[in-house]
Amino acid sequence: MPTATFGNHQVEVNDEGFLTDPTQWNKEIADAIAKEVNIPELTPKHWELIDYLRKYYTEKNDMPSIRFLKKNGIIPIKDLYSLFPDGPLKKASKIAGLPKPYSCV
Amino acid sequence: MKKIVILGAGTAGTIMANKLAKKIDRNNWSITLIDKHETHYYQPGFLFIPFGIYSKKDVIKPKKSFVPSGVEYIQKSVNIINPESNEIELADNQKISYDILIIATGSQIVPDEIEGLKGVGWQKNVFDFYTIEGTISLGEKLKTWEGGKLVVHLAEMPIKCPVAPLEFTFLSDWFFTKKGMRDKVDISFVTPLSGAFTKEQASKKLGNLLQEKNINLVPDFAVEKVDEEKNVIYSYDDKQVEYDLLVSIPTNMGDAIIERSGLGDELRFVPTDPQTLQSLKHKNIFVVGDAAALKSSKAGSVAHFQAEILEHNIMHFINNEPLQEKFDGHANCFIESGHGKAFLIDFNYDTEPVAGTFPVPVLGPFSLLKESRINHWGKLAFRWMYWNVLLKGFSIPGIKSKMSKIGKKLTK
Repeated sequence: MPTATFGNHQVEVNDEGFLTDPTQWNKEIADAIAKEVNIPELTPKHWELIDYLRKYYTEKNDMPSIRFLKKNGIIPIKDLYSLFPDGPLKKASKIAGLPKPYSCV
Repeated sequence: MKKIVILGAGTAGTIMANKLAKKIDRNNWSITLIDKHETHYYQPGFLFIPFGIYSKKDVIKPKKSFVPSGVEYIQKSVNIINPESNEIELADNQKISYDILIIATGSQIVPDEIEGLKGVGWQKNVFDFYTIEGTISLGEKLKTWEGGKLVVHLAEMPIKCPVAPLEFTFLSDWFFTKKGMRDKVDISFVTPLSGAFTKEQASKKLGNLLQEKNINLVPDFAVEKVDEEKNVIYSYDDKQVEYDLLVSIPTNMGDAIIERSGLGDELRFVPTDPQTLQSLKHKNIFVVGDAAALKSSKAGSVAHFQAEILEHNIMHFINNEPLQEKFDGHANCFIESGHGKAFLIDFNYDTEPVAGTFPVPVLGPFSLLKESRINHWGKLAFRWMYWNVLLKGFSIPGIKSKMSKIGKKLTK
């Protein structure tokens, strides 16, 4: 299993750089991953979604879909794309230390 | 007398009715099949209609001809399912009670989910090919179309038959080449995915094929709206793609009955145990085929493999035994790639499509993840199998409901 170092933290990641153990995550790691995916600074708006995803994952052991976020009034899709450009759910999950969302076949 | 009710007489529901009719004790159990439609469509055939390979008569048969003797068939719409009272209310307010309910209500396109899609261009230069009406009118359009920008556009996942949009794109390349006008047609494949397909190795292979055929791949495109005055599709992050002819695969959702009955997720699919196919909420409700919210493909082959598992689990349920048959997510799909060739992919929840031969190692006769003529003939021969073997609840010799790793070149 490859590892990655963010600041002083060494964590286990998969081939695509997603944390394999969400409990190893902390806010410094989130900041560091955000920079890697070209989001220079995480604003309160970013954190709102990251916290929501962490909570959802802890409760359901699964990831919500973009449609779920829209339908339940969590965040409008347009905002999601402006906060996390190019593959927003994938980026947000990576920053949140969660698995890559499953895209169904 | 106890009662099994099957809701939906499409691929999954019809197979289930036929399988259970052969198996259950008729002295104690009855089977009722409910569907509002009269005609059974061979949906894999919709792909071929726009190109004149099949016509309507090749893809239709009366649903009634697949109802086994002894099974009651009710051709009516359903208002609502009441899981608390184990009852189904029909549109004429008649109530049907059940001991076991099998939901097989499928999935369908919902063009209204995309702003502007059903605008001034709908059925003029904007089409779908997931409905019989859509695919026939697209065929009429292609007969006289003089060329320009053809955009094949996939709105969001999951969709029924996830390879169909790619197949449509490959066949378009072949069709316009054959007509001697390929140089007048600019083809783009627009997808919300990061590549041609979701599974890595297949995505690479199919992505290369798009390139070889001079088809533009536009990945990571999450459609926000369609402007049919300007003939442009827009993404949420303000990317745009112009078209002269738009072939859209709109959002796929489960049946409205599911939403009315409070049984669905945000796409009206029913949360289901991925292995036993039992509803997560109600022990006497089972879900088969596209109606289930599962991570397996929404495809006829999957419905067929699930039915083989579910048949056993229904018998276990009747006998108060543990539901010990486990579905593994097995899917088996031909991918038509044009010019008389096709790919075949075979995969499940855990194993992505890889190269090899199928169903027999080395001999095949089908090759996996590789173009071949025999795969194409397999795809065409499948229509006969569908009507005469699958729907009637029989198995295809040599092809098992659980995926086999034999003959596959697995790297990991």
